[in-house]
Amino acid sequence: MTTVSSAEPTRRDFLYIATGAVAAIGGAATLVPLIAQMNPDASTIAAGAPVEIDLAPIADGQMIKVFWRSKPIFIFHRSKKDIDEARAVNVASLPDPQPDQARVKEGHDQWLIVIGICTHLGCIPLARQGAYDGWFCPCHGSVYDTSGRIRQGPAPTNLVIPPYAFTSDTKIQIG
Amino acid sequence: MSGHSSFEPNNAFLKWFEQRLPILGLLKASFVDYPTPRNLNYWWTFGGILSFMLAVQIVTGIVLVMHYTPHVDHAFNSVEMLMRDVNYGWLLRYLHANGASMFFVAVYIHMFRGLYYGSYKAPREILWILGVIIYLLMMATGFLGYTLPWGQMSYWGATVITNFFSAFPLVGEPLVTWLWGGYAIGNPTLQRFFSLHYLLPFVIAGVVVLHVWALHVSGQNNPAGVEPKTPKDTVPFTPYATVKDAFFMVVFCLLYAWFVFYIPNYLGHADNYIPANPGVTPAHIVPEWYYLPFYAILRAIPNKLLGVLALFGSIIILAFLPWLDTSRVKSARYRPLYRIFFWVFVVVCLGLGWLGSKPAEGGYVTAARVLTFWYFFHFIVLLPVLGFVEKTKPLPNSISESVLKGKKVVASLLVALLVGVAAIAGGHSSASAAEGAPQPPRQKWTFSGPFGTFDRAQLQRGFKVYREVCQACHSLSLVALRNLAEPGGPEFSRAQAEAVAAEYKVKDGPNDQGEMFERDGRLADRFPPTFANEQAARAANGGAYPPDLSVIAKARTYERGFPWFLIDIVSQYQENGPDYIVALLEGYEDPPAGFQLPEGSNYNKYFPGHAIGMPQPLQDGQIEYADGTPATLHNYAKDVTAFLMWTAEPHMEARKRIGFQVMIFLIVLAGLMYFTKKKVWHEVEKPREIATGQDPKATSM
Repeated sequence: MTTVSSAEPTRRDFLYIATGAVAAIGGAATLVPLIAQMNPDASTIAAGAPVEIDLAPIADGQMIKVFWRSKPIFIFHRSKKDIDEARAVNVASLPDPQPDQARVKEGHDQWLIVIGICTHLGCIPLARQGAYDGWFCPCHGSVYDTSGRIRQGPAPTNLVIPPYAFTSDTKIQIG
Repeated sequence: MSGHSSFEPNNAFLKWFEQRLPILGLLKASFVDYPTPRNLNYWWTFGGILSFMLAVQIVTGIVLVMHYTPHVDHAFNSVEMLMRDVNYGWLLRYLHANGASMFFVAVYIHMFRGLYYGSYKAPREILWILGVIIYLLMMATGFLGYTLPWGQMSYWGATVITNFFSAFPLVGEPLVTWLWGGYAIGNPTLQRFFSLHYLLPFVIAGVVVLHVWALHVSGQNNPAGVEPKTPKDTVPFTPYATVKDAFFMVVFCLLYAWFVFYIPNYLGHADNYIPANPGVTPAHIVPEWYYLPFYAILRAIPNKLLGVLALFGSIIILAFLPWLDTSRVKSARYRPLYRIFFWVFVVVCLGLGWLGSKPAEGGYVTAARVLTFWYFFHFIVLLPVLGFVEKTKPLPNSISESVLKGKKVVASLLVALLVGVAAIAGGHSSASAAEGAPQPPRQKWTFSGPFGTFDRAQLQRGFKVYREVCQACHSLSLVALRNLAEPGGPEFSRAQAEAVAAEYKVKDGPNDQGEMFERDGRLADRFPPTFANEQAARAANGGAYPPDLSVIAKARTYERGFPWFLIDIVSQYQENGPDYIVALLEGYEDPPAGFQLPEGSNYNKYFPGHAIGMPQPLQDGQIEYADGTPATLHNYAKDVTAFLMWTAEPHMEARKRIGFQVMIFLIVLAGLMYFTKKKVWHEVEKPREIATGQDPKATSM
C-alpha cells in the first residue's frame, strides 16, 4: 500500500483539527433535538396550569385528593385536635424539623395542603393511618403526622407543600 | 474478515481484552487496514451514505415511536401533535419522512453503480444477492412506514398493496384476510404494521452486516473492473476511503437538508394530510416515488395475477443477474455496447417511474407496456446475448495502470444526482385537485422562499375571517388556543389570547354529580369542535361534510405539470395549497351553459368537478378590518389562507431559520472536508512527483 510522507505537518494538522472540530460541533448540535424531544411537550406544559379548588364542601376532619400536574394533592381540613397534636411536638426532635405554622398559611391553620407523594420513593401514603393520625406509606413504612411531617421510617423529608394561595376564604389556587 | 488481524495493543488491559474478544482487531482490520482499490470514484461513497441513512432512520424512528400511538383513532392526531407540540417534533418527523426518500435515492444510485461496473459478477454474487435482499426489506419497511400516519394515502396504499396477494389463486383471499387481521384494513392491520415497521430496520441492519462481511471477503470492485494485484493498487480504508466517504456524505446531507427544511412535503402526498376514510378512495392513488417503476409494471399488465407476478418478478430477477450477464468483463468502461444499453435501461426505469405516477389510461398504458417489455428484455435476452457478441475493449493490466488514464467523474456524478432528483420528482407529480380545473393563479406570500415569515397582521386578520365566517361550519381541532400567542404565529398578546379563549365554550367533566358541563375556554384547550360529530355536521350542511381546517393548506394542492414540478425543487415553491384555497374562495361563478349543476351544489371554477357543496362563503365588505386593509373578497381570501397555512405548519418560521443555519454549517463542513480529503489523498494522487521530490505543492504547502 502507498505510504504517507509528511511535509510540513503544522498546516495540515490545523486543517484536520478544524475539520474534526466543526464535525464534532455538528454532531453535538444534532443531539439537541434528540434530547429535547423527551422533555414535556407544549400541551403537557399548558395542561400544567394552576387549578382552582373550592374548599367549602370539605368537612371538618375530612381529607380529599385532587390532581395538579398529574400529582395527587392532599387537602386536609384539620380538626382542632389534629392541629393541637401537630403543634404539641418538640420540633427539634423531628427528622426534618419544621414547625406546623410553617406548613400552613397564616389564618388558615385548619387547611393543610401537601403533595400526596411519599418523599421516600414516590408511593401514595394512606390517609389517617399510622401512629400519628396522619399518613402511612404502605410501600416502605414511612409514617407522617397531621402536619405531613415525617415521623418514622425511611422517608428523608416531610411531605412537600405545593405552591398555592388562598384566592378567598374558601378557595385556593394551586400552581 | 480479511484473515486474522495483526492488531497488537500496547496497553496491558487492551491486550488482555483482545485475547478474550478480538473485536478491536476485527474493527481495525475491517475499517482501518482494509485495503480498498485506489481508483474508487465517488459512486463508491454511497455504501457509506446508505449505512448513515439507515442509522438516521433508526435513530429518528425510535424517537418518533416515543410520541406515536398505533391506533386508528389516534394515529393521525398523534403524528400531528408530534409536529405541533413536541420539542423539535416537526424536525424529527421531516427527517424521518424525507430520510426514507434519501435512503432510496442513495440505494438506487448504489444499485445502478453496481450494474454499470459489473459489481455483481464473480466473486461477488452473494454480496449482490444480499444487496437485493436488503432492497426488498427496504421496500417492505418503507411501505409499512407510510401506512402509519393513517392518512388517506396510508390507508388506500395499504389496501392496494395488500391486495396484491389476493391475486394468487386459492390462497389469495385467506392470505389477505390474514394480513389484515379483519375483513378490511383496520386497527389490527395498523398495529401489526407498526410492529413490523419497527422490526424490519434491525433485520436490514443485520443483513447489512452480512453484506459488509461478504464485501470484505471478496474486496471491493472498482471502476476498472480488474482485481487488485499488488499493494500499489490499494490504499488503506482509513484514512483514504473514510475521508472520501465522509466528504461526500456531507454533500449528500446538503441535498437531504434542502428537502427537510425547505420543501419537506414535496415528496409526500397532500392527500395524506386527510385522515384515513374507509368510505372514500382518493381520486388518484399513487405509491411513494420509489415504488413507481414497479407500480407501472403492475398496471401495464391487463391480468391481475400476471401483473402481480411481473411486479415481483421485476425485483426478483435482479438476484439472478450474476448468471444472466454472460460477459466476463466487469466494467462498462470496457464494454461499448453494454454501456449504451445500460443507459437505455436507466432511461427505461426513469420512464417507468414517470408512467407509474400517471393515470393508467390511453397512451400511458401503451408506453408502460413497451417499457415493461424492455425491462425484462434487458435482463432475459440482452444481457445473456451481449456477453457472446460484444467486442470488449482491452482491459488495463492493473488498477495502477488504469488510474494513469482515469478521468474525473465528480461533474458527471453531480449532474446524475440532479437528474435523479428531477426524475424522482417527476414521479410524485400527481394531484388531487386537477381533473379539468384551471390552474389557480399564483399569489404572493410573505411566507414563501427560504427566508419567508408570516405577516402577523395578516394572520390576525385571517383569524378574524375564520372566526366570523368559516368557523360556523369548519372546525380547527388540532390547533390550541395557546398557539395564538406563541412566537411564529399571529402573536396575539397573552391577554388577547386569553380573552379569545374565554369566548369559547368548552365541554368538560364529568363533575362531582357525574354530569358533563360547559366552561369558558382556557389557553390549554384546543379549538372546540363546531359540530358534535360528522353526522351532526352533515345534517346541518345539506349532507356535505365541512372538513376540519387545521391542516387544509397542506391537504390541498393542484397539478403543477412539467417542467414546473422540477423548477419547484429549486425555487422552493411550496404554496400549492394556499394558492388553491385562494382560487377556490374566489372561484365562484355562474355555471357555463350546459353544465348540469346537482341540486344543492354551487359552481366553482377551481373545485375538482366544479360542483361544490359550500356556497360562496366570502363577499366584498362582509367583515370589517380594524387596520384599514380594504375589505375585499381577495383580501379576505388571502388573509384567511395565510392563517390556515400557519395552522397547518405552525413551526414554519423555526424550520426555515434552523434550515438556514444547517445549510451554512454543512457548506462550511463540506468545504473543510473537501480540503482535508485533498490533503489526505495528495500523496496517492501525485505519487511520482513525491517520489522524485518534484511536486511543487509538496514543499510549498
